[in-house]
Amino acid sequence: MDILQEIGASLRKGDDNRVAELTRQAIDAGMGVGAILDDGLIGGMNVVGDLFRRHEIFLPEVLLAARAMQKGIDLLKPLMIEEGIPAVGKVVIGTAQGDLHDIGKNLVGIMLKGAGIEVIDLGNDVSAERFVDTAVEAGAPVIGISALLTTTMSSMKGVVDLLRERGLNGKIRTIIGGAPVSKDFADEIGADAYGYDAANAVDQVKALLGVA
Amino acid sequence: MTDLLTKLRAGELLLGDGAWGTMLMARGLKPGACPENLNLTRPEALREIAALYLEAGAEIITTNTFGGSSLKLADYSLGDRTEEINSRAVEVLRPVIGDRALISGSVGPCGKLLLPYGDTAPEAISDSFVRQIGALIGAGADMICVETMIDLSEAQLAIKAARSFSTEIPILATMTFDATPNGFFTIMGTSIEKAAAGLEEAGADIVGSNCGNGIKKMVEIAREFRRCSRLPIAIQSNAGLPENRAGEVVYPETPAFMAEAAGQLIDLGVAVIGGCCGTGPDHIRALRGLIDAHRGGSIGG
Repeated sequence: MDILQEIGASLRKGDDNRVAELTRQAIDAGMGVGAILDDGLIGGMNVVGDLFRRHEIFLPEVLLAARAMQKGIDLLKPLMIEEGIPAVGKVVIGTAQGDLHDIGKNLVGIMLKGAGIEVIDLGNDVSAERFVDTAVEAGAPVIGISALLTTTMSSMKGVVDLLRERGLNGKIRTIIGGAPVSKDFADEIGADAYGYDAANAVDQVKALLGVA
Repeated sequence: MTDLLTKLRAGELLLGDGAWGTMLMARGLKPGACPENLNLTRPEALREIAALYLEAGAEIITTNTFGGSSLKLADYSLGDRTEEINSRAVEVLRPVIGDRALISGSVGPCGKLLLPYGDTAPEAISDSFVRQIGALIGAGADMICVETMIDLSEAQLAIKAARSFSTEIPILATMTFDATPNGFFTIMGTSIEKAAAGLEEAGADIVGSNCGNGIKKMVEIAREFRRCSRLPIAIQSNAGLPENRAGEVVYPETPAFMAEAAGQLIDLGVAVIGGCCGTGPDHIRALRGLIDAHRGGSIGG
């Protein structure tokens, strides 16, 4: 097994120390940062995402794999900056105003990071202004909003409306998700995409970023 | 009440109540506000809801303490009022309920993930449940209901916290399962078989499932619990999964639909039947009718 495959295998086992060690070895062996990232870490995390999607593994394995991946990314980050390799894209996420349920949102954040996307997580109970202001300041072209409570769905529309008001619709795109949300609801409020589960949300965000 | 407790301990069929969140919202709970804070500020709203469920025929009434662990209350900067919020939840209901129903102290997830998957040590989660459940039992809760759990370890910490106060108090513990091609699992990967064994080992008297599914899937879940456990089973079903109909969020299962399918729960010998998200007094009334008809049938021959 080559070292990049081994990174993927260690990632699936959630062995964070091994992932860090192998990433260091790959760097020392002069492998390109892009290759380590794409074929090692992101490739490995994609497999984890697929296994989760097929219900072959569960949330704990995904959480451990994501943490292992983060250890590898931490080692690569200085080199990525040095070599001017941009992150795949940047996304601002959070739960809608008035909603404190965050397991779904956290899961989407983990899976997005696993796809090599930079994630700015604003946490719970995020206002429309904060979503939009953060996306503008950070230069993030996508905002992801999650809701579990049916009563907070209307504040998702608030984000879409605020973008329109500021003439940012089309420049900053929106994706929504959560138990009470549907594709119809996304269309109705004018959101750009709907993710029906965490894995699908990643696919949708990639499409919005134009990297699918 | 002693009568109801005896029945509960014997695994005889009892009817639970329905959802509280939607009822509280209809009485002014604001989105983003702490539901449990109403135990201090709006006791009359809680009494009103309890009275509606009592009138519909519920024999177990749940306290408004689902998010009453100190870790969860800390999200609203109310962690230091844990004892007060939980004891009031029982005290405000007792005058309405008396001994006509059991007061069941609701204990939901603390909102943190245990190490190594999350960042919270088991001791911190245990302390949080000890504070909550100590107050519930101290104020006279008749039973404890650990519910909507997805992590078996967290559920066990809650059950053990309850057991540390009383070897006698009945503990009902239910988890939330998803249907997968390989059977039912919580999102953390606990099967029904593991849940049944793990909840019992920690000290639960009644095991089962609440939330996450409509009544038909709940019948399948009950069947699997029956296969895996000799303990009495509790099933508190959602009124289906929420659907968006022209901007309105609707739980699709009507009281009649639920009551019809719930007949299979009785056939499986389920001991506690109640409602979760999307159910209201009408669902409980329909289930009451079903249970009474069944009792009448079995007594009359």
